[in-house]
Amino acid sequence: MAEFEPKIIAFCCNWCTYAAADIAGTSRIHYPANVRIVRVMCSGMVDPIYVLKAFEMGADGVLVAGCHEIDCHYLNGPVKCDAMFEKLRRVVNTLGLEDERLKREMISTSESPIFARVIEEMVEQLKKLGPSPLREGVKV
Amino acid sequence: MEEIKTGVYICHCGLNIAGTVDVEEVARYAGTLPNVVVARDYRYMCSDPGQALIKDDIKNLGLNRVVVASCSPRMHEPTFRRACQDAGLNPYLYEQANIREHCSWVHDDRQIATEKAKDLVRAAVRRVSYNEPLEIKERPLNPNVLIVGGGIAGIQAALDIANGEHRVYLVEKEAAIGGHMAQLDRTFPTLDCSECILTPKMTEVGQHPFITLLAYSEIEEVAGSVGNFKVRVKKKARYVDEEKCTGCGICEEKCPWKVDSEFEMGLGKRGVIYVPFAQAIPHVATIDKEHCVYFLKGKCRACEKFCDAKAIDFEQKDEIVELEVGSIILTTGYDIFDARRIPQYGYGRYDNVLTGLEFERMTCAGGPTGGKMLLKNGQQPKSVAIIHCVGSRDEKYHEYCSRVCCMYALKYAHLIKELTHAEVYQMYIDMRCFGEGFEEFYRRVCDEGVNFIRGKVAKVTDVALTEEEQGKLVVIVEDTLLGRVVRVPIDMVILCPALEARSDAEDVAKLFTINRRADGFFLEKHVKLDPVATATDGVFIAGCCEGPKDIPDTVAQASAAAAKALSVISRGRIVIEPTIAQVDEALCQACGRCEEICDFHAPKVISKDGLRVSSVDAALCKGCGACAVVCPTGAMSVRHSTREQINGMVEALLEV
Repeated sequence: MAEFEPKIIAFCCNWCTYAAADIAGTSRIHYPANVRIVRVMCSGMVDPIYVLKAFEMGADGVLVAGCHEIDCHYLNGPVKCDAMFEKLRRVVNTLGLEDERLKREMISTSESPIFARVIEEMVEQLKKLGPSPLREGVKV
Repeated sequence: MEEIKTGVYICHCGLNIAGTVDVEEVARYAGTLPNVVVARDYRYMCSDPGQALIKDDIKNLGLNRVVVASCSPRMHEPTFRRACQDAGLNPYLYEQANIREHCSWVHDDRQIATEKAKDLVRAAVRRVSYNEPLEIKERPLNPNVLIVGGGIAGIQAALDIANGEHRVYLVEKEAAIGGHMAQLDRTFPTLDCSECILTPKMTEVGQHPFITLLAYSEIEEVAGSVGNFKVRVKKKARYVDEEKCTGCGICEEKCPWKVDSEFEMGLGKRGVIYVPFAQAIPHVATIDKEHCVYFLKGKCRACEKFCDAKAIDFEQKDEIVELEVGSIILTTGYDIFDARRIPQYGYGRYDNVLTGLEFERMTCAGGPTGGKMLLKNGQQPKSVAIIHCVGSRDEKYHEYCSRVCCMYALKYAHLIKELTHAEVYQMYIDMRCFGEGFEEFYRRVCDEGVNFIRGKVAKVTDVALTEEEQGKLVVIVEDTLLGRVVRVPIDMVILCPALEARSDAEDVAKLFTINRRADGFFLEKHVKLDPVATATDGVFIAGCCEGPKDIPDTVAQASAAAAKALSVISRGRIVIEPTIAQVDEALCQACGRCEEICDFHAPKVISKDGLRVSSVDAALCKGCGACAVVCPTGAMSVRHSTREQINGMVEALLEV
């Protein structure tokens, strides 16, 4: 049987983390292909519904990443994201998903190596955890 | 509903994409997706023939959605949007899949990269099916400019804009413009007199037909957005009629009460009614109400008796002035670090420990000592120590370098030699002489026989250990080049305190909805590529409110901010981005959460036809989407980042 390959959805803010992922590309910094990036304008725009939708659809992990507080294009987006994230974390735990499946990071444009490392680490952790219990056909 | 017809274009980008991703296979796959009527691959989609493919298909096949899978949308989204627009398709019906930066450049397995590219294309095709045509709106703007702060930065920006024959309102908190530069004696490294180069500009401001000067005034309130700001300014009562006052100075002469002059850094006195300095603009008197005996005890009015112009008006009240402007430049300057916060340096305890600005006033020919360098006892110093980095480059206070101290410290050394022939010691951490003519000036001062001791000063004391130290101040410093602690007995100490963010910087930032860095200075939109813009469109920053800098850098930055304001004006209209929040009034419960979370004051709960609903001010909204997240009913959404669009992508990415 082939090794389990986790699926990760990464919601990345246009101004910082999406740009960091772009620069990872320009600099040819390789990382696992398990991640699919969804571009959002601000981490503070990420509705819990999007994250829950991803898990419902069988994502093994979700990353919400955007600017550091001081870099925010919209002044306080990361703070708003953090506030949302705290509540979201409780919902996700209630669903029986492990903490490692939901990650919140602040990665600025200049931190493309960090972006690659975060993805690598996440893939590694999720491989240990195995498929999401919410995946179709997986017995909870 | 109109049938959705999507065209998908897979770019090879030479071998940049095609080298790793099987582009033909991706195009074949794209052709099987719902709503896709044509799928092609091409060597360079961004080239003219590449764009022509899209344009022709829109015209010939009636495409109403377009997806290009190529580089990052941060790169070529504007290119392809324009191509769609040229062919008559609304540019917001376009979507881009990033299969280069996020795929071919970061993976090397051809099969895996091709599968990922297919996923990304599928997500873009799904998303674009939910895209809606959006209209870019424009509205007229007010060409007037408000400048806050009348130091050299504000003066320069005001003149640049006013010389282009646009109205400038220059608001200054103090009684006169000129700022810190008016207090300086000479300027490094050329040693030209600060007043001589500044006062012609100040006079020009005072007389300029396109500049309205509001001195002794403060900003109370700012509303609106780029192109249409409404600003309330409080013009504080001077108790002197500005129109009548001739600035003759007889009132100050006759005023029986004297207090420390702020302009002279407390080294000289001024009347309670006063003109701050000889070349002040506006050149009118102001009554210092706090110290005026008439206001305190109801008797005196000596100034009134002697004023031939009948300008004194004890009944004058603060006046509110309402301004309408299209852009704003903040040039609010800096504060000087209070050297008392480092008690071991003895400032405020020892008579002959001065700050740099006090020394500037002392050496200025028009200053309180007539340009003589004197100790408290009236004698000339025989030896002087200059202590660098007081509060700068110090983790306990400010980590940053204040950028001007090394150079003015060298200037002091030169002036001290010129005025007194005293022995001069520079106690420095590193000499930072990076500007035009700076290194040359450093060499020159070295050649003048100044002593340099590399090390951070531990202490200034008057406790003498030897006969030589009797009656002197002793600077204790580790000379890091010699590797030992030395005691240097001297007559006078000049401290170089840090330039720091103004104590009211936080209030100003809130008033104008801009951000500050951790060190308290105003944050630019982009540190390298947009250094005078801020998070709020139409609000620019220049000079030391953005961070410590010298006069040439301040002037350059002020002209940059003026150019930015002029570019807003010359465009003549404001483009309103359509990708902003919108309210579904049928769902809105008027709970006001959107209003609470918004940092830009864009949504407001209003009464509309007797119903309370939220309404978004299109000019203020930035489209960050925080309101949509907190909206409990789903009434609030952001155009072009709707739930359908984002959930659609998530579904498409995970359904295979």
